[in-house]
Amino acid sequence: MSRKTLIPIGPYHPLQEEPELFKLYCDGEIVTDIKWETGYNHRGIEKLSESKSYDQVFFLVERICGICSTSHPFAFANAVEEIVGVEITDRAKYIRSIIGELERIHSHLLWVGLAGHFLGYNTVFMWAWKYREPVLDLFEMITGNRNSYAMFKVGGVRRDIENIKIPAIRKEMAVMRKKLDLLTGAVMDDPVIHARTKGVGILTRQDIVDYGAVGPTARASGIDIDVRRDDPYAAYSMVNWKVITAQEGDVFAKAEVRLLEMYESASIIEQCVDALEKMKEGDIALKINEIPEGIGTGRAEAPRGEVFHFVVSDGSNSPARHKIRAPSYTNIATFKKSCIGQTIADATISLAAVDPCYCCTERMAAAYDNSSGRKILNANELIALSMKRTSELRKSGAGHE
Amino acid sequence: MDTEAAINKLTEKFSSDTVKVVLQKEKRAIVTIRPIAILAISEYLYKMEGYRFIIASALHTRRGFEIYYHFSFDADGSILSLHVILDKEKPHIESLSNMFSASNWIEREMHELFGIDFLHHPNQEKLLSEGNWADDVYPYRKEFK
Repeated sequence: MSRKTLIPIGPYHPLQEEPELFKLYCDGEIVTDIKWETGYNHRGIEKLSESKSYDQVFFLVERICGICSTSHPFAFANAVEEIVGVEITDRAKYIRSIIGELERIHSHLLWVGLAGHFLGYNTVFMWAWKYREPVLDLFEMITGNRNSYAMFKVGGVRRDIENIKIPAIRKEMAVMRKKLDLLTGAVMDDPVIHARTKGVGILTRQDIVDYGAVGPTARASGIDIDVRRDDPYAAYSMVNWKVITAQEGDVFAKAEVRLLEMYESASIIEQCVDALEKMKEGDIALKINEIPEGIGTGRAEAPRGEVFHFVVSDGSNSPARHKIRAPSYTNIATFKKSCIGQTIADATISLAAVDPCYCCTERMAAAYDNSSGRKILNANELIALSMKRTSELRKSGAGHE
Repeated sequence: MDTEAAINKLTEKFSSDTVKVVLQKEKRAIVTIRPIAILAISEYLYKMEGYRFIIASALHTRRGFEIYYHFSFDADGSILSLHVILDKEKPHIESLSNMFSASNWIEREMHELFGIDFLHHPNQEKLLSEGNWADDVYPYRKEFK
């Protein structure tokens, strides 16, 4: 007689940086059922949004996720601009797309690294995260922040990307392509990665349609959807790029889609900065005085898939209702299809394959020396150091300020 | 097919169940329907026309409880929202989760936060606050004076 064993992953587990409990029911080594408990991270953001002004909501939704912190403001801006009925300037459109695509590159690199880590292939982890770092430096140069960039507002963007900063972006994209060649080659040709990811965690087309999964998860199963092309916003209809799809639906296909998407992102960024250079600086935002009564739906293609925001305005200063659907909300539910029948060891990478949103970007308050345990820097010194570094980056990258 | 033609086709087919049609702008439409027709119209959109269910959003207003079911037609990037107005005292509507799994979680969430009952839902348990929140107390309900 077979005996069912329960293997819990979470709520707090080294495999995941965010609290969530997955219960794997196993018969021997094979997963026969999976259940999960969510809500450990529920922060009532939709309710909170009803008590904030439209300007403040941008900062709130930016904090839903630290990794894709621009996709929520992106979708929210699209929703509110639909209510107002306004079309933003071309320069603002290009800047929004540049931020969105830089974010896609750093988020996909983060995923490639984590996936390598889950497979026990830490070299990929080290490489990918090393390559990700210069993208965060670019963000620091453009926005002043490595994360939570505070770039968006109703009617445009808060900061311009001055022409003087463009050479640094262009240079980094050229270097990034070389790094991507190396990383893609290493991942796509590695027999160990093939053995661990091909035929593992397969999602069929029907599974995707049934669960309404989005983003690279859907595209890896042959569902050709991408909000950037299907329902164009920002500058995506003004540049040339293509949607990457794969047919197999396994973990390898998802990795392939993400790796190749980064090349497209680099190409979009290059076209956008070319366009920016030909324009007059400073024309980045329209003045919006009030948000009329109405209903707005906004969406944006985050690194993990379609982000959807639904905003109801009653003509006051804050949303009357603000519904947010992050892509992981539909993607995580597909675990029921991808994990059952797998071994426990494969279940972990199948869970990671949809890139469930691990939004921890906690910053330190103090740094300690590992060997002596002595405090090296306190919080204020760290902030001073960080500000010094930002100003150096801005000088070296663009000679600005 | 543009959004307007798609809406005309829908309203023609379900003429007795559609109450109001609002074309927000090109590619955005809101169709208010009778709650009793939600299953039939969703089935038509999902199975016959190839729409994808994005999400549903509930809200509590003076009119009662309202739900917007957002469907995306990815071939032309349009969003069609089915809008229903439910009873003030005992809000209930037929569940869509037996047709597609995409609505399973959000219906549980709406049940938990607004107290809307989804009939024939396969598993209407709490999604977010299991064991941490009182039964029959719904945090997203409002009090109107």
